[in-house]
Formats: sequence, structure tokens, C-alpha cells
Amino acid sequence: MDLFYQTFQLTLSLAFSATFILLILGLPIAYLLSRTQSGWKPLLEALISLPLVLPPTVLGFYLLLALSPNSMLGGFLAEQLGIKLIFSFEGLIAGSVIYSLPFMVQPIQSGFENLPGNLAEASYVLGKSKLTTLFKVLIPNIKPSIITAIVLSFAHTIGEFGVILMIGGNIPGETRVASIAIYDEVEAMNYAIANRYALVLIVFSFLILLLVYTFNKKYFRIKGR
Amino acid sequence: MMQIQIKKKLGFEKHSFDLDVNLEIQKGELLGISGPSGSGKTTLLRIIAGLEKKVAGTISCNDQLWLHSEKKVFLPPQKRKAGLVFQDYVVFPNMTVRQNLQFAQDNKEEKAYLDQIIAVMQLEHILSQYPATLSGGQKQRVALARALVRKPAILLLDEPLSALDSDMRNQLQDFIMTIHQQFELSTLLVSHNHEEIVRMSDRILHLQKGKITGYSDSLPKKGISGIVTNIQVRQDAYLEISLQTEAKQPVIILLPQQDYPNIKKGSILNIQIP
Repeated sequence: MDLFYQTFQLTLSLAFSATFILLILGLPIAYLLSRTQSGWKPLLEALISLPLVLPPTVLGFYLLLALSPNSMLGGFLAEQLGIKLIFSFEGLIAGSVIYSLPFMVQPIQSGFENLPGNLAEASYVLGKSKLTTLFKVLIPNIKPSIITAIVLSFAHTIGEFGVILMIGGNIPGETRVASIAIYDEVEAMNYAIANRYALVLIVFSFLILLLVYTFNKKYFRIKGR
Repeated sequence: MMQIQIKKKLGFEKHSFDLDVNLEIQKGELLGISGPSGSGKTTLLRIIAGLEKKVAGTISCNDQLWLHSEKKVFLPPQKRKAGLVFQDYVVFPNMTVRQNLQFAQDNKEEKAYLDQIIAVMQLEHILSQYPATLSGGQKQRVALARALVRKPAILLLDEPLSALDSDMRNQLQDFIMTIHQQFELSTLLVSHNHEEIVRMSDRILHLQKGKITGYSDSLPKKGISGIVTNIQVRQDAYLEISLQTEAKQPVIILLPQQDYPNIKKGSILNIQIP
């Protein structure tokens, strides 16, 4: 397959996989963080937000150490489960999930926190369990926050560079995503090819954002808010 | 019949006080609760609904135990047959009016009952609308209807009309009294508005700093006479007058200050209403 298409296919499958896992992981974390009054809350919030302020290379560096077959975690994964996370597509997903977690958790958490507190209580008094309340009342009322979180995580994964470079390298069909390809082509002085990658990224990102803003506007109009 | 005997600490350290209430509500009774802000009215309703933790005492409803702190009985809000209506409606924005009502239904088969509620509350023409497109009065009618869907043993109304203008208020007062009678409910109504509470209630409970300071009958519908034992001027220009009558408990009545300028402690008050 053409290297150009292969690169974008890989970029998209990384973004889709990471976003999917992030949603499954991020929703319950955001819900629990929005509900808890525990003393652990600031600690957890700080941990999740760490990738926002750290240079991606720092995160990538420690992930590299932690996941390498010589380390305890990496050794265990490789020997017991046969999973190799360094210089592999699976490793990129794992790194992206950690790296983009704040982009998924924060919008959803603030969505939950901005709901009127008695919305859940009204549902409990109507005999509905916490789970039913979560899925039928709370989540449907923070749809815009969830969509924002999904798009931000997706876009952030597409634009990821430092972490991937550290733990993935530049293996075509395995870890060579668009942002890495641009860097690689520029290094090799192939500006025209780098330009093709860059242009596609710009157009693609613009279209996604346009879609989201159009949808949100429509959503607010339908519900009259 | 409902019996409530509860105690709960309210407020912050220096300004804390105990909400300490012992009361009975008869089947079919509409009991008004009156009292200044921060006296524990809303908390009392929340305790009955099961939304407050750390409550000492007992609550029983038609021989079913909802709370017995010593026996560690705490029925969660889901299991209590209490209909709670909030001041700010809390109609679910993601559901249409019909979906809001259906959501509350335990038994989806009972279509006739649902239709009856819809008819009584006059919701037919807004069933497919989302709450954001409704007026305050419409939203509150939906909230009331939704509370009725579960056939509550007690209806708890927390300032249900205070966000509405006076026309809508009068209309909804009638609605509430209609459903109260038609569905043979026991109802607790918290309200700041004196005229409203007098008009609607069979009996009014006065709460101050967490304690019941007295009951009054639905004055001034009937006459009353007795010796004035205490007078307080309220912010809304009503006098809160404690009367020693033939009854054991002191009776509290509220009278407009301007109509009774000369009333004093120790004087005899005699109101006759034909």
C-alpha cells in the first residue's frame, strides 16, 4: 500500500482506538470525580491533568522506561501476556490513552458538575437506581460535554508527536503516524511530501471542528436552550 | 397516616441548631409548613423523601418503616413512596413531557391512570414538547403530574409556586388542591407566602430554628378567641400571634399588622368570622 495512505490509515485507527478506550475509561472516572468529596480527589485530578503541563517527551521517556522488557511492568507484559508495548501499535494506544486522558475527563467532569444537583435526586425520588439515573438522566443532559471530550481526545491523539516518537519510533505500518511522517520527511528535505501530510491534517482537523460546532448549535436550537 | 419523629443537626458550627420535629399527618390532610428562611423546612421534606443522611429518629408511613435510626433502618429514596416537587421544577430537559411522565412509571401498563393525570393537569396539548419550550407554570404542572405517577403515599411540595407570577400561582393553587382531594393524598406544603398557605392548608405548622413553635388551624377561615401570649412582627408585615385557647397546645395565627395596630401581649383576641 502507498506509504501516504498507510500513514493516514494508521493515524486514524490510532485515534479511533484511543478515543474509544478513553470514553469507556473517562466516563466513569469523570462521574466519580464529580460526585466524590473524598480527600483523594485533588490527588487524582492532579495526576490525570499531569499530561497537560508536562512536555510530552517527559511522559514518553518514563513510559519507555516502564514498558521496556527490562522493567518489571514491561517484563511482566511481555513474558506473561505476550504483549509488547514498545515500538508497537498497541504501545501507541496505551501511551495515547494516558496522554489524552485529561482531554476526555475534564469536559465530562465539568459537564456532570454543572448539572443541577437535584436532577439526580428527582430521579432517585421517582424510584430510579443510580445506574438508571446516570444513563437515562445525567449522561443525556451532558451530551455536548461528551461530544466536546470525544472530539478533543480524538484531535489531540491525531496531533500527538512527542510521546509517539519516544515510545513508538517511526516504523511504517506500525508506529509511523502523520505527525511523525511530517517530521521525518522534513528531516529528509522532502518538503513537498511533508506539505501533503500537513495539508491533509489541517483540512481534516478543520472539518471535524466544523462538524462539532454545527452539531452543537443545532442541538441547542432543538432543545431550545 | 404518617408519623415523623426526627432529629438532625443543621447549619455550621457557631450557627448550628437541631432540627427536632415530631409530627403526624393524617391521610387526606394538607399540612402547611410556615417559618422563616433557614428554619429547616426544606430539610424536613428532604429527610422524609430520604435525601438526607445522618438523621436520628423514626419515620413510618402506613405501618411501613422508612427510618428507624436505632434499628439501623434507612429506606433509600427509591423505595419510599414520596412525591417530591422542587421549587425549580427539575423536569428532565432531555425528555419530552410525555417521556418525563413515563419515566416515573413503575408499571408501564397503567395507561389509564397516566391518562387521568394528564387530563387533570391539562397537559394533553404539550405532551410532545421539551421542557425548555414550556413556561414556568407548565413546567411545574409537569413536575406535579410526574410526582403523582408513582401514586405517592405523601406529596412533598417545597415552595412549589414561589417562582411563578401571581396569576399562575392562583391557578396552580387550585390544581394542587384538586389533585390533593381527587387522589386522596397526604400533602406537606412548604411556603413563604402567607395567603397561599392559609388558603390551601387544613392545618399550619410553624417552624422556627428547627423547632415546632405551634400549629394553627386554617385561619382566618374560622373564628378563634384566646389570650395573646406572644407577638412577633414578621418581615412580610404580618403579626405572628401565639394564642392560649381552650385547646392544650398554643395556637399561632398570622394577622396583617395594619388591621391590628393595638394588639398587645396579655390582651384577649376574639375573631369571629361568619
